[in-house]
Amino acid sequence: MRDFSYLRANSFEEASSAAAMPATMLLAGGTTLIDLAKCGVTNPERLVDITHLDGFDAVTVDAEGASIGALAKMSRVAADPSILENFPAVSEALWQAASAQIRNMATIGGNLLQRTRCAYFRDPASFPACNKRVPGSGCSAMEGVNRGHAVLGTSQACIATYPGDLAAALVAFDAIVHLGGRKVAIDDFFLLPGATPHQEHAIQPGEMITAITIPASVAARHSTYLKVRDRQSYEFAAASAAVGIELEADRETIRDIRIGLGGVATKPWRARAVENALRGKVLEPDIVKSASRLAVEGAIAHGGNHYKIELAPRVVERAILKSGALA
Amino acid sequence: MTNQITINLDINGKTHALAVEPRVTLLDALREHLELTGTKKGCDQGQCGACTVHVDGRRVLSCLTLAVQAEGRSVTTIEGLSAPGADLHSVQSAFLEHDAFQCGYCTPGQIMSAVACIREGHAGSDEEIREYMSGNLCRCGAYPHIVEAVREAAKVMS
Ligand SMILES: Cc1cc2nc3c(=O)[nH]c(=O)nc-3n(C[C@H](O)[C@H](O)[C@H](O)COP(=O)(O)OP(=O)(O)OC[C@H]3O[C@@H](n4cnc5c(N)ncnc54)[C@H](O)[C@@H]3O)c2cc1C
Ligand code: SF4
Ligand code: FES
Ligand code: FES
Repeated sequence: MRDFSYLRANSFEEASSAAAMPATMLLAGGTTLIDLAKCGVTNPERLVDITHLDGFDAVTVDAEGASIGALAKMSRVAADPSILENFPAVSEALWQAASAQIRNMATIGGNLLQRTRCAYFRDPASFPACNKRVPGSGCSAMEGVNRGHAVLGTSQACIATYPGDLAAALVAFDAIVHLGGRKVAIDDFFLLPGATPHQEHAIQPGEMITAITIPASVAARHSTYLKVRDRQSYEFAAASAAVGIELEADRETIRDIRIGLGGVATKPWRARAVENALRGKVLEPDIVKSASRLAVEGAIAHGGNHYKIELAPRVVERAILKSGALA
Repeated sequence: MTNQITINLDINGKTHALAVEPRVTLLDALREHLELTGTKKGCDQGQCGACTVHVDGRRVLSCLTLAVQAEGRSVTTIEGLSAPGADLHSVQSAFLEHDAFQCGYCTPGQIMSAVACIREGHAGSDEEIREYMSGNLCRCGAYPHIVEAVREAAKVMS
């Protein structure tokens, strides 16, 4: 790991002005940043430690919804009783991510900005070709080992999966990312790779994530997160789904349904086609099964990841039935 | 050696002043600068848990923590779990009793993690122990005995 200088920010203003300096990165839990600096993927000259800033780690829930400070730790948000009650999928997505140690270190802001686990991206010494790291250099994964890569939202430049669990739940429930005064809907915050896979979010130099808000909804109260992976714990999703459902008074017709997908797409993915197919329908296994297939409409596999096109709809189907039982 | 900074670290109740480059991790500071080699380096990338220590009482990975980030916090390593000459910590005793290791390389991390796991209240069932101890890999596959040791230590600690 190359050396850098270290600055401890004591105020939001200090952090933002430091963040606007070239070759400077904000340091939160460090579980993505220090890891990638060791891999030689990021080579910051200056780190600005934001973990000593006051007032950015509050978690509050009221009738409007939840507000989660960017510096709140994953473990604390996962265990927060009001998050558990009003946004169970958010809590489940958090406690099923990474490990207890990492969740004690990692912050909500850093979590959103975690980078892909594409093995080629993480190994610049062996694989110079990676459009995400070096624009225009090519993509080693296209013809390589791509079992973990995305089948949705890919481009000819990059097929890297966005690996985070939390964001899959946040995209389902229309969360908003607060960048100081600026607010960006989570679906717009994450960018598709297109021809510019090195640009991953709407965040501008000098901006810092200050909080995430999630509007309250009945669907969010009756939500669940289902994560399927190669080993039972401490592993990224092969495919995951955050689903929340609100039923009509008849207890069987779907009034509102929200579905976010993880592990299969280049950004946190909202499965709107499935939602549209099920809104107003009866929550019944056969109907759910055929609607769930729409989750992978337009999916493209690159060999190793073909199984995800089979897997994702099954994960969606199971998650819908599970969430339906809560509604 | 360029760019050295002087930091004060509170480790196992003792303050240590050391001069390090900002990039030095807490793990390397412990092992290379302070000769506290009980904390192990497995992967150095957050993937194995061998480097688990407590910072302000919570388990974290010292390989992904910069030493300078630990300034002003209290760090506990395996060396600080029980005083020299005193009785072992009940989790240490349980690991001996239940033969919860083979080569022993992952053990300091397993024990630090287990102490926190029990304190957090995440040792209520074998299933819960397996989930909340999943951040500590054991290449020797001593998992069944590790789960036994944690289950038994949890009874003693409660
Ligand atoms: C072994 C391992 C397994 C993992 N498994 C999972 C998993 O199963 N599921 C999952 O979802 N995640 C997983 N993770 C990823 C983990 O959740 C992230 O590394 C973590 O959430 C990042 O948070 P952090 O605070 O440590 O961020 P940092 O590493 O400190 O920062 C990450 C990035 O965000 C920037 N940044 C941080 N905070 C802000 C802010 N407030 N405003 C603007 N920029 C900011 C930093 O500059 C950096 O670029 C795993 C990580 C590891 C190492
Ligand atoms: S998939 Fe994306 S991140 Fe991976 S090698 Fe190709 S361009 Fe790089
Ligand atoms: S050495 Fe820190 S997790 Fe492996
Ligand atoms: S005892 Fe050998 S790695 Fe766990």
